[in-house]
Amino acid sequence: MSDIRLMQGNEACALGAIHAGVRFYAGYPITPSTEIAEIMAEELPKYGGKFIQMEDEIAGMAAIIGASLTGKKTLTATSGPGFSLKQENIGYAAMAEVPCVVVNVQRGGPSTGLPTSPAQSEIMQSKYGSHGDRGAIVLTPSTVPECFRLAVRSVNLAEKYMTPVILLMDEIVGHMREAIDLEEERKAEVYDRKKPDCGPEDYVAYAPDENGAPVLAPFGAGYRYHVTGLTHDETGFSTMVPEKVERVNRRLVDKIENNKEDIVMWEETCTDDAESVIVAYGGAARAAREAVELLRAEGKKVGLFRPISVWPFPDKALTALAAKVRSVFVTEMNDGQLAGEVKKVIGGKVPVDGLFVMDGEIMTPQEIADGWKGANQ
Amino acid sequence: MSDKKYLRNDKLPHIWCPGCGNGIVLSALERALEQANVDKDKTVIVSGIGCSSRMPTYMDFNTLHTTHGRALAFATGVKLANPELTVFVIMGDGDATAIGGNHLIHACRRNIGLNAIVVNNNIYGMTGGQYSPLTPTGMKATTAPYGMVERNFDLCELAHAAGATYVARGTVFHAKPLTDLILESMDNDGFSMVEVLSTCPIGFGRRNKIRGNYELMEWVKNRAVNVKAAAKMSEEDLRGKLLIGRLYSEPAEEYTKCYDKIIEIAGKEAKR
Amino acid sequence: MPAKYQKEIDTRLCKGCGICVDLCPKEVYDRDALGKPIIARDENCVYCKQCMLHCPDFAIEFIPLKEGEA
Repeated sequence: MSDIRLMQGNEACALGAIHAGVRFYAGYPITPSTEIAEIMAEELPKYGGKFIQMEDEIAGMAAIIGASLTGKKTLTATSGPGFSLKQENIGYAAMAEVPCVVVNVQRGGPSTGLPTSPAQSEIMQSKYGSHGDRGAIVLTPSTVPECFRLAVRSVNLAEKYMTPVILLMDEIVGHMREAIDLEEERKAEVYDRKKPDCGPEDYVAYAPDENGAPVLAPFGAGYRYHVTGLTHDETGFSTMVPEKVERVNRRLVDKIENNKEDIVMWEETCTDDAESVIVAYGGAARAAREAVELLRAEGKKVGLFRPISVWPFPDKALTALAAKVRSVFVTEMNDGQLAGEVKKVIGGKVPVDGLFVMDGEIMTPQEIADGWKGANQ
Repeated sequence: MSDKKYLRNDKLPHIWCPGCGNGIVLSALERALEQANVDKDKTVIVSGIGCSSRMPTYMDFNTLHTTHGRALAFATGVKLANPELTVFVIMGDGDATAIGGNHLIHACRRNIGLNAIVVNNNIYGMTGGQYSPLTPTGMKATTAPYGMVERNFDLCELAHAAGATYVARGTVFHAKPLTDLILESMDNDGFSMVEVLSTCPIGFGRRNKIRGNYELMEWVKNRAVNVKAAAKMSEEDLRGKLLIGRLYSEPAEEYTKCYDKIIEIAGKEAKR
Repeated sequence: MPAKYQKEIDTRLCKGCGICVDLCPKEVYDRDALGKPIIARDENCVYCKQCMLHCPDFAIEFIPLKEGEA
């Protein structure tokens, strides 16, 4: 049996989140993410879930953190300006280790920019947008079915690692329509948040589990503890003791970095015999895939490397690939944000060039192919 | 050693300065919670940022110390996600009415079942005494060295206009009536706000030449007029005074209960 | 007035703000060198508990006396 539908990426994202068990949504309308809120408003109450349109973006972020502490799986969706407004509370969720998912359907920036046009210019903001150091999980879908899949995975990773996860979509995948087999996608596994395996008297809220993540009991379950954005020790209460401060800050980075093998995702196309590799992700990877086909038709041995988790970056896989090729060509809809990370990973072993577009239009396969040829003469 | 039922007694002494009104408010709140016999495991205390927002640290519940101004937005998430919980929200005047002013009016408008306590010490205490929207015009602050030039809010009128269904004002001078007002506010099924006229002897008192801790409490008392007594007073006599007591009690259907009806309707549509 | 309670002052919690001393209508308290209250005239106490209700530091307790303890 299959249940094939034609739908937008935003809709697939909403349905994926519901499949993953999201039962609370708080947000604020903003183009091009609004469909996610609209679908959640209609669908969530059917499942006994809750939707609330808050007074602003900041409140939307705050409300999903509050709801998550009661044990609910939560999600909000936004775009550029809204993503900027949410940053302080994204940092709070990271510090207080409250799982939640923030969808950012990227549009052109800076500022109000291009509300209805795509961009990919929040690669760095999605990791570094909030002050302080922390590990970040950021996933980028490039097809409609992948919006569903990565929404599920974002929720799962948030609950497993007790952290905000950013589902970094773009206007291309958010608004395009594509076929999706819901029956098939709904086979995706769902991870549920751990519950304490001890009684309240022995419970230490921020004692890390084997992954380095705390086990936070739902508010109201009889485990009374303190949650704060202040730097805190394992009891949850604030501290300025240098060893304790270092320990929590280190753990916030390490719980992601040390579990990279479990988290990172990427896809390779035509890389077995590749002499050069194009790196692209999200909506732009669709054009890059066709560019590879164009170049292959001309006899150029080009492959595609598509990071699906941009953070943590699939560095091992790209390093392995870089050892086999003569050049790397990054194409993205910004001024080379991920190219910087690619260069860092490759460490000068092969030349890294790129096509960086900031005109609000998705690049064509031909532009990418021409760009690649210019760099690989 | 303190052995208050609803406090984390081992966390005392608290961080507040000698004579700070926050301790008096916490004490009044604790007595209200004792008298109401609230379930420790079904009550959540949320706060923002500032001196008074450190209160949850000392309270033996699920406590949530959030970001500056956002306590009501976090609390809205807690309450809507689990309406069985009793949720208190403790904020300061800067927290609730400046950076968090938007959340305040919308929490009032929704009539969501939260018990808000705004501790108004007329100043940003934690950052050292800057003026807030509740600093009375003419009074001094570090950022109003020549006197507060702006007009201040009447917080209770603001909350009432925005739709809060229970609004009261107490003071740290009137400690027992404050407990009574907090208790009464808990009976309202909807958004309740109790403003507490409090004291910051260091950031506000000294700067305004009100030097003694008790003298500052008397200054607070002298600004306040009981709402019942005020009914018999002239406009002239009431100028510059703040009314205390229960100011508004206008019950209306609580938000999360309204949302439950939406779930019912949507559930029926889904089955159709 | 016959004693109904024993007053206890926790000097560890008391920060010496002096509110209890200034507020007491019966001048029960004096200040020590640190400004913390000393029960100087307990016999004056009318057990209004205003000092306890206004103590910002949770430092004053009124412990009920059992019969015969007075």
